[in-house]
Amino acid sequence: MGVEGIGASVKRKEDRRFITGKGRYVDDIKLVGLTHAQFIRSPHAHAKVKGIDSSEAMKMPGVVAVLTGLQIVDDKVGNLICGWAITSKDGSPMKMGAWPAMAPETVRFVGQAVAVVIAETKNQAKDAAEAVVVDYEELEAVPDIRAAIKQGAPQLHPEAPGNVVYDWHIGDEAAVKGAFAKAANVVEMDLTNNRLAPNPMEPRSAIADYDTAEEHYTLYTTSQNPHVARLVLSAFYNIAPEHKLRVIAPDVGGGFGSKIYIYPEEMVALWASKKVGRPVKWTSDRTEAFLTDHHGRDHISKAEMAFDRDNKILGLRVKTHANFGAYMSLFSSAVPTYLYATLLSGQYVIPAIYAEVMGVYTNTTPVDAYRGAGRPEASYLLERMMETAARQLKVDPTELRRKNFITTFPYQTPVIMAYDIGDFGASLDAAMKAIDYAGFAGRKAKAKSEGKLRGIGVSCYIEACGIAPSKAVGSLGAGVGLWESAEVRVNPVGTIEILTGSHSHGQGHETTFAQLISERLGVPISQVQIVHGDTDKVQFGMGTYGSRSLAVGGAAIIKAMEKIEAKAKKIAAHALVASEGDIVIENGEFKVAGTDKSIALPMVALAAYTAHNLPDGMEPGLKETAFYDPTNFTFPAGTYICELEVDAGTGKTSFVNFVAADDFGRLINPMIVEGQVHGGLAQGIGQALLEHAVYDTNGQPVTASFMDYAMPRADDLPSFQLSHTTTLCPGNPLGVKGCGEAGAIGASAAVINAITDAIGNNKLEMPATPNRVWHAIHSEAQ
Amino acid sequence: MPTVDLTINRKAVSVDVEDRTLLVHVLRENLNLTGTHVGCDTSQCGACVVHVDGRAVKSCTMLAGQAAGCDVTTIEGIANGDELHPMQAAFRDNHGLQCGYCTPGMIMSSIDIVNRYGGQLDEATVRHELEGNICRCTGYHNIVKSVLDAAGRMKVPKAAE
Repeated sequence: MGVEGIGASVKRKEDRRFITGKGRYVDDIKLVGLTHAQFIRSPHAHAKVKGIDSSEAMKMPGVVAVLTGLQIVDDKVGNLICGWAITSKDGSPMKMGAWPAMAPETVRFVGQAVAVVIAETKNQAKDAAEAVVVDYEELEAVPDIRAAIKQGAPQLHPEAPGNVVYDWHIGDEAAVKGAFAKAANVVEMDLTNNRLAPNPMEPRSAIADYDTAEEHYTLYTTSQNPHVARLVLSAFYNIAPEHKLRVIAPDVGGGFGSKIYIYPEEMVALWASKKVGRPVKWTSDRTEAFLTDHHGRDHISKAEMAFDRDNKILGLRVKTHANFGAYMSLFSSAVPTYLYATLLSGQYVIPAIYAEVMGVYTNTTPVDAYRGAGRPEASYLLERMMETAARQLKVDPTELRRKNFITTFPYQTPVIMAYDIGDFGASLDAAMKAIDYAGFAGRKAKAKSEGKLRGIGVSCYIEACGIAPSKAVGSLGAGVGLWESAEVRVNPVGTIEILTGSHSHGQGHETTFAQLISERLGVPISQVQIVHGDTDKVQFGMGTYGSRSLAVGGAAIIKAMEKIEAKAKKIAAHALVASEGDIVIENGEFKVAGTDKSIALPMVALAAYTAHNLPDGMEPGLKETAFYDPTNFTFPAGTYICELEVDAGTGKTSFVNFVAADDFGRLINPMIVEGQVHGGLAQGIGQALLEHAVYDTNGQPVTASFMDYAMPRADDLPSFQLSHTTTLCPGNPLGVKGCGEAGAIGASAAVINAITDAIGNNKLEMPATPNRVWHAIHSEAQ
Repeated sequence: MPTVDLTINRKAVSVDVEDRTLLVHVLRENLNLTGTHVGCDTSQCGACVVHVDGRAVKSCTMLAGQAAGCDVTTIEGIANGDELHPMQAAFRDNHGLQCGYCTPGMIMSSIDIVNRYGGQLDEATVRHELEGNICRCTGYHNIVKSVLDAAGRMKVPKAAE
């Protein structure tokens, strides 16, 4: 390892602009002639739009236009799509309700846009929006999954009778039935996975700029995947052909999944920019973010697990209802199916699994992938089941897990996933050692003598990252391939630019990716520039989500580097009058092995571009492109253990310790990896203790600001003790697995298992607020 | 429109703004100081924290007119040329930021915390004092480390007992 190569905790290259206030986020950008958009949004969860009167608004100062849903439909802007086709048990395709960018006739969730005001200033747009009169005829709304699938429930979409999007299943129902028939013990649970609002700190923003002469659009947007945005806007929304649409995602202030999707606001901004002939900017405020950024989770499940006499798992049966909100968002359909039920084997040998998932429309904000996306729901369900089973079977929860761990690889689960490698015992051991698991009984007794309820909770998670290969996801219904591209440009002076289709919105790609180059060429990372987030610069890419950037995007960089090195070695060998096979690369020099002959990278690069003396037939230049399609998912896994105390008088939870032992394969920058884990843990703990996007029975959101929705703050969280165990991923050239979501996937079960251990009552749902915990303590133990 | 005179990052400025204009909008829109961010509109998240007469203030909660005659410092004004403020350096050195959006407000609040406590801080105090700043990326672990590190570097006089 070089000082800035693989394994070095190099300080981040991108930090200087952020700590000096020089970051460049979408809302920071100003264009000549800029106008501002303010949306008029439905205050009702379900209503007919009878009419929109904008006559007074049009007279107000600075107003340029008021545009409505009827107009956007008339102009044939396409309806929003869902990009992953799921087929129900009965073979029928999922039922898609039409979703225009602004509602022409019917609104189906609070916050859905019906019109937009374009004005000279933001304040003028806001003032005028208040003068737009919308005549609504309220309809009965249904925000709750159980209520939505009842006979006689209000119907959201004529296309989806009974509000059912799909009724899907996976696994072998008969085999599971057989497993339960011979079970010595059965464990059953009803579980709720609470709805969350993603809340990246930067609200979404878009600036659309139509060039009349060139008939060309530029969209600056808060996107995790600008090329996917361009593809969808072009191919499905009829905004412009791809070569007439440039999408730029500059610095983006967090995403966590919520900035994957192409939202109505971006479509409207583009369309409006052409309509008014000027650039249009829209920036969300926080309440708009709560209303319109797609939410996460929101499952209710029933789970049953069968054990034999020896406490080995025989089978798992799960029935889950997933709330999709009012419309099917871009990747939503895949989340409770192929990203959830395929992970229900966890770290365990489970010979038979059968899962049924019903997706349901409700009058709420659309639900899609949020950090972890399906995997947190699977992990939470399974790890609460394991803990509950251990208590029911009266065995230590770590021993029950260990007894059932998968120990030979590759391992084919009954639910599609084929785990390539792992060592689950190693991460369990590491976490138990870190928290002194053996000493817990003593600590609990001591706490009890002091009047405190102390508990410990374990969570052994596995997840699947780098969703791929493309052929496999295509066969499961994905509308896109999930490869990644990279281009490596060695400039004539020897500096290097890496163009990647991944997008960094906090993950530190500018540093990590540069370290990959430093490792191979021995050049300092200061000589390497990472270019991303602009469809005019980077040819194509699938963006960043599912912890895929390094395992897929980084692997593409390595593939391009291999081509660069092969050509550069030929040039060096030619210049040094040596054999290509004798050239080795060390510290930025191309050397003839075993001699003192060498040529520095800048001289090789210069030779490539002057082309005065290249090997016969060689093209000038030193630039290579690669597309990388993985051979399998990657499978990060680990163990989290939480120790905490509960105040029986108030129900308040206080952390004593939280340890994480993760196996992410090879670590490129351990500092950045640990930062990713910290953030993931905070979101998992936030789900467990604090966060809940709540609707009242009429579909009114009651948590639409940071005053109401409990974001984790510094004093809600402990410091974390992290460690790593390592099995190298065999599926990609870097041996990496992905680290962005693990914390959010594994943490929530550890916390709830610890609280239920402390209070001796297993009947507890997330978020485990002091109120809920107090009631659990003071109700009859389960 | 009324004119507001104030000092921003040691420079006297004069801006014509509507009465309802917030200080944060003067900074971002009139003066192009876009390092100060808006994250919540309800004074909860602290992305907009600046210093007004040396104290941390949420600039989304202060009218520009209220800042008339005041000495305002933003994230763009705390480094000494190329030399970072110790708090900026500590955030970089301890990986106290990821997406960077909350970072300017975090740094401005943290400087104020260290000043108020005369550099005498422990983890619990830092966590409590950061209550008004929300970060979604870091889980605060490295932010807390950054503030404790900077408290040692800033050499502020100890607070009076």
